[in-house]
Amino acid sequence: MPDATIAQPRRSLALPRVNTSAVVMTLYLLFLMLPIYWLVNMSLKTNSEILGGFSLWPQEPTLRNYRVILTDASWYMGYVNSLIYVCMNTVLSVVVALPAAYAFSRYRFMGDKHLFFWLLTNRMAPPAVFALPFFQLYSSVGLFDTHIAVALAHCLFNVPLAVWILEGFMRGVPKEIDETAYIDGYSFPRFFVKIFMPLIASGIGVAAFFCFMFSWVELLLSRTLTSVNAKPIAATMTRTVSASGLDWGVLAAAGVLTIVPGALVIYFVRNYIAKGFALGRV
Amino acid sequence: MDKPTNHKAWFLVLPVLVLVAFSAVIPLMTVVNYSVQDTFGNNRFFWAGLEWFEEMLRSERMWNALGRQLIFSATILAIEVPLGIFVALNMPKRGVWASVCLVLMSLPLLIPFNVVGTIWQIFGRVDIGLLGYTLDRLGINYNYTQNAVDAWITVIVMDVWHWTSLVALLCYAGLQSIPDAYYQAAKIDQASRWKVFRYIELPKMAGVLMIAVLLRFMDSFMIYTEPFVVTGGGPGNATTFLSINLVKMALGQFDLGPAAAFSIMYFLVILLISWVFYTVMTNLDRKGG
Repeated sequence: MPDATIAQPRRSLALPRVNTSAVVMTLYLLFLMLPIYWLVNMSLKTNSEILGGFSLWPQEPTLRNYRVILTDASWYMGYVNSLIYVCMNTVLSVVVALPAAYAFSRYRFMGDKHLFFWLLTNRMAPPAVFALPFFQLYSSVGLFDTHIAVALAHCLFNVPLAVWILEGFMRGVPKEIDETAYIDGYSFPRFFVKIFMPLIASGIGVAAFFCFMFSWVELLLSRTLTSVNAKPIAATMTRTVSASGLDWGVLAAAGVLTIVPGALVIYFVRNYIAKGFALGRV
Repeated sequence: MDKPTNHKAWFLVLPVLVLVAFSAVIPLMTVVNYSVQDTFGNNRFFWAGLEWFEEMLRSERMWNALGRQLIFSATILAIEVPLGIFVALNMPKRGVWASVCLVLMSLPLLIPFNVVGTIWQIFGRVDIGLLGYTLDRLGINYNYTQNAVDAWITVIVMDVWHWTSLVALLCYAGLQSIPDAYYQAAKIDQASRWKVFRYIELPKMAGVLMIAVLLRFMDSFMIYTEPFVVTGGGPGNATTFLSINLVKMALGQFDLGPAAAFSIMYFLVILLISWVFYTVMTNLDRKGG
């Protein structure tokens, strides 16, 4: 509204400020969404349309690319494999992290600070350092190319993550609740499951979400530790890029399908995203 | 918070300890083992002492990779931190739009790393990508597979696209914790926008901002998948960062000794930064109660 600003010159300082926020956010979100839009756009085109001409939206939308993925076992098994090891890893990480996080949040014990720090270093460790040793370790114990191998390997960074996030949530629960429950005659396991876990339910959800996410997005370890039977979708995609490099439509569709799990649950954790990425702090 | 001392708590930590020891300590010991030995195949190893470490310290390839890595990390921090703060300051405080922004901004964070690479690989292509095509039409000669500068720009823009939201979301969380009374007081004092930022918002954000900077530094320091998918470390070695270099050495050429020595030095750097991170975190915990 140019004439509005001209008509009220005295308010010109206040008026555009409201607008700049909106403009900045619009531009930023546009910048974020454009590449994703382009991927979705391409996944709905035929290959001849992708390579033949340039268009901002699909001229003749087709679901062929998705059909290829959902009917070809070598494609959709990638998703199944990924889901299997990701779920295994999530359950494993959260289950072992729960008691540990409780211990860290409630008690002081020998070496607690060192242990907590050591866990952090594993979250920070570059997977590239571990790729080769993992490969050899799991080959030697006969776990190579199994789901459990990837699930265990991802524990390297997910267990520390879960411990830190859960500890962050647990410190917010007053200690008096524990004490009252013990006075009421609850045993520790019963107190933990019946009273404590419902109290930090959102924390468990957030921890599980982040374990799921980080295991889902990781490629280096999962690709190194698998060849055929447990090959994750991400590795299936790299193969297509390097080998044929032609079926852009299917590649784009596969990419879109990997974004879906995150996009589905993101609404529920939107207020905890920062907390999760900052390892339970903030 | 004062916590009672209870050594039995060790039993609660034990499962984590066993699991992480299995997936961290054993592999790390393997790396240490390789770093001091040499092999001529057939699983016969010879003591090599610190030879590999010396070799790596003299290796031009490693120093180049380290140099590129540091330039990359510094560049993305220099872009993402100010941009993240700027975006956080402009985000709606509450209401539907706040939720919309949160959801849309989180989306890139949750995309598998290799798909991020794929997205940008496609997006930047001159023939089929929106970005590449547009630049080409504007008469800009852009080709990220041939030109090192273009490859660098692509990788950096990709990282900014991928991770700026993280900085923004953390800062946003910090901003949300500022009580309205602070702003009202500033208004009464007729403080300028800059003063409000400098003396109210920035100090309140300092803690989370530090976390954001450290997280971004760590994660960019071990970046592997995204540039690997887009450029494969090329053209030449132009975008070969530390992790890509390491994987090339260890899994590509099976130069176990040098790769292991390299891994250990890499890990020591990470350890140092983790320690800084930990100190910041614990200080923050103490302040936050």
